[in-house]
Amino acid sequence: MDFLNAIILLLNYIFVPALAYGSQLALGAIFVTLIYGILRFANFATGDMMALGTMVTILFTWYFQSIGISLGVLPTALFAIPFAIVLTIGYMLLVDKFVFRYYRVNKSPPVQLAMVSIGVMFVTQAVVRIIIGPSDRRFFDGEKFIIKAGEFKEMTGLNEGLAIKSSQVITILVTVILVSILFWFLNKTKTGKSMRAYSDNEDLALLSGIDPKKVVMITWIIAGILATIGGALYGLDKSFKPFTYFNNMLPIFAAAIVGGIGNPFGAFLGGYVIAFSEIFLTYAYKKFFMYVLPESMEPETLVQLLSTDYKFAVSFSILVIVLLYRPNGIFKGKVL
Amino acid sequence: MRKHLNVIVAYTIMMALIILVGIFQSWNVALSIFNMCLISAVMTMGANIQWGYAGLINFGLMGYAALGGLAAVLISVDPVQEAWAAGGFNILICLFIIVVMVSVIRFILKNFEKSKIRTYGIAVIIIAGIVILRITSETSIEAIEGVNPATTGFLGGLGLPIVFSWIVGAFFAAGLAFVVGKVALGLRADYLAIATLLISEIVIAIIKHEDWLTRGVKNVIGLDRPVPYEVELQTKEWFINLVAKFNSGKLDLISSIADKQTVLNQLVIEGSSVFVKLCYSGLFLIVVLALLIVTQKALYSPWGRMMRAIRDNEEAANAMGKNVVKQHLLIFILGSAIVGIAGAMLVTQDGLFTPGSYRPMRYTFLIWVMVIVGGSGNNFGAILGGFAVWFLWIEAAPIALFLINLFTAGLPETHELKIHLIESVPYFRYLMMGMGLLLIMRYRPKGILPEKIEIK
Repeated sequence: MDFLNAIILLLNYIFVPALAYGSQLALGAIFVTLIYGILRFANFATGDMMALGTMVTILFTWYFQSIGISLGVLPTALFAIPFAIVLTIGYMLLVDKFVFRYYRVNKSPPVQLAMVSIGVMFVTQAVVRIIIGPSDRRFFDGEKFIIKAGEFKEMTGLNEGLAIKSSQVITILVTVILVSILFWFLNKTKTGKSMRAYSDNEDLALLSGIDPKKVVMITWIIAGILATIGGALYGLDKSFKPFTYFNNMLPIFAAAIVGGIGNPFGAFLGGYVIAFSEIFLTYAYKKFFMYVLPESMEPETLVQLLSTDYKFAVSFSILVIVLLYRPNGIFKGKVL
Repeated sequence: MRKHLNVIVAYTIMMALIILVGIFQSWNVALSIFNMCLISAVMTMGANIQWGYAGLINFGLMGYAALGGLAAVLISVDPVQEAWAAGGFNILICLFIIVVMVSVIRFILKNFEKSKIRTYGIAVIIIAGIVILRITSETSIEAIEGVNPATTGFLGGLGLPIVFSWIVGAFFAAGLAFVVGKVALGLRADYLAIATLLISEIVIAIIKHEDWLTRGVKNVIGLDRPVPYEVELQTKEWFINLVAKFNSGKLDLISSIADKQTVLNQLVIEGSSVFVKLCYSGLFLIVVLALLIVTQKALYSPWGRMMRAIRDNEEAANAMGKNVVKQHLLIFILGSAIVGIAGAMLVTQDGLFTPGSYRPMRYTFLIWVMVIVGGSGNNFGAILGGFAVWFLWIEAAPIALFLINLFTAGLPETHELKIHLIESVPYFRYLMMGMGLLLIMRYRPKGILPEKIEIK
């Protein structure tokens, strides 16, 4: 019985939250990796583009709520996301046309493009803050929990409750569906294959008649979808605050590099690596040991490897270690 | 003369702008902008050495600036005797353990061939060391943080004049840069950018949460000043006389003695704050000029030529027998040390250390905008960039307000759009920075004052 309690404890505080957080990071990391693989620069505007997508989602959600549309138990935001995606893609294509295209055509070094993306970051940040303001916003409506801790305890008779938020389940489901479609698209369709060819060897791809404009456009379209959904899911699960989104760029970068930048599947796994290690290393295991160990051996301290203040530092340290020992990432880079 | 015409014109415009602020807003505002411009200029010089001279991207400026600020605290604050008594000994032991750990690892790295066993051995030593450190330090850290937590709760510093911290800050930053450089400099350019950015976040996380050393987010306030305090100045005979002499024309117009006294008092209060800012300006100007002379000399020296050669063609420079790795590390350390000086200067000016305020937007990306806008590779350009961008950063809000009022003049005061726009005025600075950066990168990619190297 105690053993079951311990497992439920870990599930409740580590496994479920990490799975949801990892999914959100994974979507962002695939976004980074796609841009890096095909457009060949590190996009520092990642976090803010996700914030923009989320902001548009929130605006649509408010609109739908005001005219009385709702999805019942599901959050209204799910209905708003497709509309938001269209607008976000529009913004990205606009930015690409007026900013990035010039440097791509001139074959500028990647560093210059990264600098330009900082300019885009400033502008996007300003746009988000001017339109919706810098404050914290929650836009989740509908049924909050799938299983409440109390109900779970009654159901099973255990001491530990398992609470599963609907936002967590939605996050994981949507991520799985989206990523499956994306991999199917990249591996099976002609357009996806042409994107991979372009990423692998640009000149050869051009020689074989692949249209670079089309490849770039599709990359931005996929990026827009990923940014909006990733951002909106994070916002549904936690809350929307522009500054947090900017900060999230850092673990997202870490996930993309850990997974091997340019490799979408690696980025997908990298998101979970980062999320699980962050939560594993900062969780206080005292209660867990109280269940597992006999009473005489119970720990007195919190048995916490690192204080939660160092949550971000964990992912960055992993990244630094990976960069040192496997600069191409755990899953080898550059194979889109 | 003609050669330097654009430099002279650019600087004249910049100074004229600051003087205009002095005339139309107040001299206090103008001087505080000027002082921050000087500090920004020091930071941009540091970044410019790395990027302009050697082509290294350092997105970790924030970390070095914060370490400089930490130096200001550790130098100037008086030591907290009780805290030292409570846990100082254990902290010293921890320091000793760290030194032993590092030297053992160095020994292993030097004397053993690279192998799996060595790697695992080092990992075991590091993990064991961290565990031992935590066990030794845990109780004493609690004891230190328990000493009078509302006012101290940390070990304090050395109680020396704060100006020393400018040098110590440089050494702190250089130390960090040495470690980071050893670890990360072999990486490709964009990886280096990301790695330094993340390492600087780790540094900030440590400064924020190690309360026994830095007081963390509780902030350290009321640091000593290298210049006189306003309140003291206002009571000094010579200062009042000085103010009276400066404003004699204005004072002579007032006939009644009582009125004269109140006006004089007002002027003394204003004057004291301007005087303090002027003192800071003087100190900062000395640093900026000294650094400018040194960096200009370096730029035109054989060493500077070598750095440019390495930047423009690493392989060729390597083939000519230049040690690229070593020079990269050296310039990374030098540039970071200068950023450390700027960090210490900033804390000195503010008189407080707030770890929570170190954010990459303000301390990393803004400085990079300054370098790119000013002109990388050109010290005069870098300084100008620091001035121009900081000026715009501060004056963006009034400019935005003016523009909003202009464009929405037709709308009634209560119109929702107008109210919303006026509320979000502070964020227009991001828009201006971003637009400025994008426009400069597109139409003047070498900056306002581009790099100009002539062989003498």
